[in-house]
Amino acid sequence: MSANASFTRDREARVATLLLAGLAFLLVLLIAVPLWSLLSKSVQNSNGQFVGLANFARYISTPALVASLWNSIWVSSLVALIVVPLAFLYAYALTRSRMPGRGLFMAVAMTPLFAPSLLSAISLIYIFGNQGFLKSWLFGASIYGPVGIVLAEAVYCFPHALMIMVTALRLADGRLYEVAEALGTSKSRVFFTVTLPGARYGLISAIFVVFTLVITDFGIPKVIGGQFNVLATDAYKQIVGQQNFEMGAVVGLILLLPAIFAFFVDRQVQKKQVALLSARAVPYEPKPNAKRDFALLAFCLLIGGLLIGMLGMAIWASFIRYWPYNLTFTLNNYNFANFDPQGWGAYLTSLKMAGLTAIFGTAIVFVGAYLVEKTKPSPFLRGFVHFLAMLPMAVPGLVLGLGYVFFVNAPWNPLNIFYGTLTVLVANTVAHFYTVAHITAVTQLKQIDAEFESVSASLKVPFWVTFRRVTVPISLPAVLDIAVYLFVNALTTVSAVIFLYGPTTKLASIAIVHMDEMGAVAAAAAMATCIVFTAMAVKLLHLALDRLVFARFQAWRKR
Amino acid sequence: MPNNAAMTSEAPRAPERSFLSIRSLTKSFGPFQALKSIDLEIGEGEFVCFLGPSGCGKTTLLRAIAGLDRQTGGSISLRGKDVSNAPPSQRDFGIVFQSYALFPNLTVADNVGYGLVNQKKPRDMINARVTELLALVGLPDQASKYPAQLSGGQQQRVALARALATSPGLLLLDEPLSALDARVRLRLREEIRALQRRLGVTTIMVTHDQEEALSMAERIVVMNHGVIEQVGTPEEVYARPATAFVADFVGRMTFLSGVMEGATLVRVGDQALRVAEAPGFSAGQKVELGLRPEAVRLVEGAGENRLSMRITELEYLGSFVRATLEGEGASPLTLLADLPFNVMQDRAYAPGQAVIAELPASALRIFSART
Repeated sequence: MSANASFTRDREARVATLLLAGLAFLLVLLIAVPLWSLLSKSVQNSNGQFVGLANFARYISTPALVASLWNSIWVSSLVALIVVPLAFLYAYALTRSRMPGRGLFMAVAMTPLFAPSLLSAISLIYIFGNQGFLKSWLFGASIYGPVGIVLAEAVYCFPHALMIMVTALRLADGRLYEVAEALGTSKSRVFFTVTLPGARYGLISAIFVVFTLVITDFGIPKVIGGQFNVLATDAYKQIVGQQNFEMGAVVGLILLLPAIFAFFVDRQVQKKQVALLSARAVPYEPKPNAKRDFALLAFCLLIGGLLIGMLGMAIWASFIRYWPYNLTFTLNNYNFANFDPQGWGAYLTSLKMAGLTAIFGTAIVFVGAYLVEKTKPSPFLRGFVHFLAMLPMAVPGLVLGLGYVFFVNAPWNPLNIFYGTLTVLVANTVAHFYTVAHITAVTQLKQIDAEFESVSASLKVPFWVTFRRVTVPISLPAVLDIAVYLFVNALTTVSAVIFLYGPTTKLASIAIVHMDEMGAVAAAAAMATCIVFTAMAVKLLHLALDRLVFARFQAWRKR
Repeated sequence: MPNNAAMTSEAPRAPERSFLSIRSLTKSFGPFQALKSIDLEIGEGEFVCFLGPSGCGKTTLLRAIAGLDRQTGGSISLRGKDVSNAPPSQRDFGIVFQSYALFPNLTVADNVGYGLVNQKKPRDMINARVTELLALVGLPDQASKYPAQLSGGQQQRVALARALATSPGLLLLDEPLSALDARVRLRLREEIRALQRRLGVTTIMVTHDQEEALSMAERIVVMNHGVIEQVGTPEEVYARPATAFVADFVGRMTFLSGVMEGATLVRVGDQALRVAEAPGFSAGQKVELGLRPEAVRLVEGAGENRLSMRITELEYLGSFVRATLEGEGASPLTLLADLPFNVMQDRAYAPGQAVIAELPASALRIFSART
């Protein structure tokens, strides 16, 4: 075949195919095989024999487990019902009003992203817990249980819901509003006939995202759930407590369902959302309206204040000697060696893990996205890699973590020497956050002229030279975005890594869980504070670096 | 006159030394056939335009020649060597795109020298070549600027210099002027043509602009729906369009449906029109007559191919006026006639006026009826 002859002549195609094959292999190993391990484990008994759906039958016939399923569902639904309307109104204030300080309020609403989810639970314990100063406000109810879970999850999910709502509300055609006004439509009718329908896909998407985040979150119910069991804590107890891997796998699979469902709903919604805004649409420019702007400002102050309060409470508490009896300042809680044998080691391990995740993750993601987006050979491989890259979006961290446990722990697997090492933590975290990073990279690459590779080929310059000399320099801001995203998430994640750390690789976020378990809540708050400050410092560094990169090395962007 | 065609009067359209030879080339995207068995010869040093509406396959053909999108079937030879399956880097061409595709983070000089650096040439040799090329495209003092600091026309000149830097045997231009405004486009048209003549590099340009093709090309390849409708010099394509599509796409043409009545007589409505020649058509056959608006003359007195008509509309188009003429009788003809501005001034035509239009037999093109 002449096609084969040319294949050997075409060095570039060969290199691209080889790289793609390598990447596909890596992603199969990091994403597909662990998921497969989870699936197969759920239909096996403890000896590894196939037992069909017996584990599922046993699950359904265990009242305690079914009760957690029900608990998870109603708690997640309740959080979605609380958070999404609040996020909608907050987003409305940010996008559709002339309220002052909109940028600041956006930044404030994003603060929960820089903390492990369980930070808000720790704050709630300080406020409403057994020694909380506002305990009386609960009228005898306990914060340890559904009340605490719902409140803490609401804080944790708020920025996620807000980002979706802001995107949805920004996509408004100003002409629709001008037409409505020209027709003399009342403000409330405009809201119900133009604004709300325009944002409905965003609302649906946000509801599903919040539901999935809550049902798969482990940190908050672990810290503040008390005797109230949910799916995520069940999975932990089955695996870590009872070593019942099969039942853990079943719980993991159940957790996978809403996430997969949400993933497909989101994809459908996104397709429609794009179609909503035609190329001829003009952006909506809100007009000043003192009454509306004032009301929205009051609302944002309240919500923003609560978010800052939740963050500030834990930070403040971490510097308190003995809550609530001795409120003097101390740094004792930061002497982690008193609470955890690893001491500050956990924090350093976290930094190392996050750093390695950012470095390797960014490199793999960006090169992978480039191969998928810009090279020609092997459409099948490119499609396959893209599919694998999109898969983690539908897989909650807890589920992926379980898959890793089954895969890496398997006695037949030569990779089991990695169990409990930093390598497996990094691999898992890269896989966990792969999709968003991949989408960022692909979006950036799509903005680059598709003919650069053609021009290079005509000049006999191989694509890897153009990648190095042109693509990467142009994409530096996006590369930086990806690295920071991976770093911050690696620092704050709990759910996936809780199953995977080893004696020498305990992470800060896991140390928080352990110190809280031992009753050292102040130390847990202190460790969480370290994470928050580190994550925020990295973000600020990112902003500064972005300025520098733009000013110094991207002079060509200026006209 | 085109140099290659002029040298061999016997076969003006088959270049003696074929530089690029395309045989039964096909390209499908799923069920859609973008190219249907294309055959084409291009001579060394020729300037050829692929002309056609969007979606006709002209860019697909160009990209197949470049090797950027591999063909489904058929073969491509360059200088007698089969390159059908060679990657782009082994095909010896330079390419310029509509989007310029300049590397935004590299200076003009680095852009032009991009391909040279990779050939591991010494630095001062590269610099000399870059300077030479920038002088060639008229940008000698822009070397240290970034593309974003240049105008569209300047950027396209840089792209041209970059494509020529490695002295390729074939220059491919993919709608290079479409993104530029009208005035710049006209100037760059002449510059590209002059540059091509000076360097003698075989050039293929894709365009949907017939005026561009007519003014720049030595030969035009008119394409439609994945097939070549006609290959010929600008004069041939304009004056003797091979098909009704070509006639309609290149320049303006009025079409009249009719039936062959004799060897060179066509009945159109209740008029009989004489044509100069109608090879291959026989009496009773349905045909279409095509007439360029500028070939219509307004005359005095009756005669062959002279029709009594009435001016229904006058449209001022700058240097000439386009008149819509309507005939008399049960099924009146409608014609377009371009009247030079001075004729208009002398005669002071006005809508509603009765005139006699002559449709010269030599200007009437005959095509088989479109289905």
